Amino acid sequence: MTSLLRREDVAHVAKLARLSLSEEELELYTEQLGQILEHANDMSTLQLDDVAPTAHPFGLINVVRDDIVRPSLSRDVVLAMAPDAEDGRFAVPRIMGEAP
Amino acid sequence: MKSAQQIALDVQSGASSALRELDASLAVIHARNDELNVFLYVDEEGARAAAAEIDDKIARGVSVGPLAGVPIAIKDNMCQVGIPTTCSSRILEGWRPPYSATVITRLMAAGAVPVGKTNLDEFAMGSSTENSAFGPTRNPLDPSRVPGGSSGGSAAAVAADMTPVALGSDTGGSIRQPAALCGLIGVKPSYGLVSRYGLIAFASSLDQIGPFSKTVMDSAILLETIAGHDPMDSTSLPEPAPSLSAHVEDGVVGKQIALVRELIDGADPDVVASVTRAVEVLKDAGATIIELSIPELRLGLSAYYLIAPAEASSNLARYDGVRFGLRVDGEDVEAMNTATRTAGFGAEVKRRIMLGTYALSAGYFDAYYGQALKVRTQMIDAFRRAYAQADLLIGATAPSVAFPFGSKTSNPMAMYLSDVFTIPTNLAGEAAISVPFGTGEAGLPTGVQLLGPGRSEAQLFAAARVLEREERGS
Repeated sequence: MTSLLRREDVAHVAKLARLSLSEEELELYTEQLGQILEHANDMSTLQLDDVAPTAHPFGLINVVRDDIVRPSLSRDVVLAMAPDAEDGRFAVPRIMGEAP
Repeated sequence: MKSAQQIALDVQSGASSALRELDASLAVIHARNDELNVFLYVDEEGARAAAAEIDDKIARGVSVGPLAGVPIAIKDNMCQVGIPTTCSSRILEGWRPPYSATVITRLMAAGAVPVGKTNLDEFAMGSSTENSAFGPTRNPLDPSRVPGGSSGGSAAAVAADMTPVALGSDTGGSIRQPAALCGLIGVKPSYGLVSRYGLIAFASSLDQIGPFSKTVMDSAILLETIAGHDPMDSTSLPEPAPSLSAHVEDGVVGKQIALVRELIDGADPDVVASVTRAVEVLKDAGATIIELSIPELRLGLSAYYLIAPAEASSNLARYDGVRFGLRVDGEDVEAMNTATRTAGFGAEVKRRIMLGTYALSAGYFDAYYGQALKVRTQMIDAFRRAYAQADLLIGATAPSVAFPFGSKTSNPMAMYLSDVFTIPTNLAGEAAISVPFGTGEAGLPTGVQLLGPGRSEAQLFAAARVLEREERGS
């Protein structure tokens, strides 16, 4: 584990998380996230190769229910919450570029 | 203010009415909400309709539930159909959920009257309620100080006598720490005891809804009302709600209670003094006291601040400007997503999303998130060994009494340390309660934390009641 978090790392992570940062924010977050990761380094020296990870306190694997149709929210109710909807669908700005 | 239990008895007997109790609650809210910024939304109309329905049922001789006519405050990260639900975030401002959380449905079936939604740290990320997009909540005991967080609004509602009880959520201490800072009972139930359906997700393997109250009995009644299996939450325990209020007076005779060194190390001397005195009281009441060291607890903070942000970065990916909530336009879909999230999330939420994204990203996953999950296993094993020696554990809830505004906002690590004693319980999926016991700096309350294994709530309430009887004299 390394605590050397660089500005480029924070810029990359922000892009992955769909966040845009100003230069000042990039500076601040690089410093603050670095401090938090440095604190997390107290785990790096532990020899845990034989320890199984726990992602969930009960170790639940699968929870299934009978395959029975039940009432759920109507499409109109759900689309009414959307910032934009069209023809019974969510509407978003274009995804593809212009045709050449 | 009357307890919830007393209000329900009075309403049921005809000595009072649900509408009269609601008016009393609304009068305090109207008098103090501008100053304290507790409620983000007060649903006066809906509350009046619910209270009138209770009174009507009683007039017709129809049976009403154990919380008949009890006004309750709800942390604004739980959905209530048609009522604005913001998570104290600009990204959800104005959104009205199309369904209610299971806890709301159960409370109303028991006769409770939800009066409104309370302030929190944005998406429950924080320990002071200073991270709300709608301004901080003030501590009713000293308005120059924070109420704790993230459920600071719900804690303040009860501390200010706006409502006798409230619901909060606890991912790393967000019920217990504000309970301690506001002088209240606050319970983090065993993971899965209370349905999370309709609780807006922060860290799904850690989040749990629980009660705030002034008396142990009120929290017991509230918790047994909202607990129990819910088919809408696949992580809810497959069993009915336990009986809790019937065990409040069980006492601690013959119980083994362990004072844990790591749960007081670093706490202010006045907080440690309160814990020490609580131990003496429990001993005098018939418990056997032992002392334990559980070194694994020291790693809780590091593991938590990788696991919780990792889960949050995934859960908060849904706020993309497409299906609900804020949208800020952009020339293509990615630009729209980015503009929406950049404008909608506050600084702490962005910090945690980025931390979680980093911990989960290629090249760092094993070193950070993977290692934290293994530490989580070690913590669970360490608790299991401790509970082989003791029925319950005791320590501090928070390292200090309520702190002044701004004193920890510039340094995230300093703020995170507020939760150092509460986080291990969440990682292990176990139960704990904060009990107001003693006072510290400036006469402010100190909180003592009792911890137990999963499904130990009845024992925790019984031990908490012993401390309450000592403090209140009844």
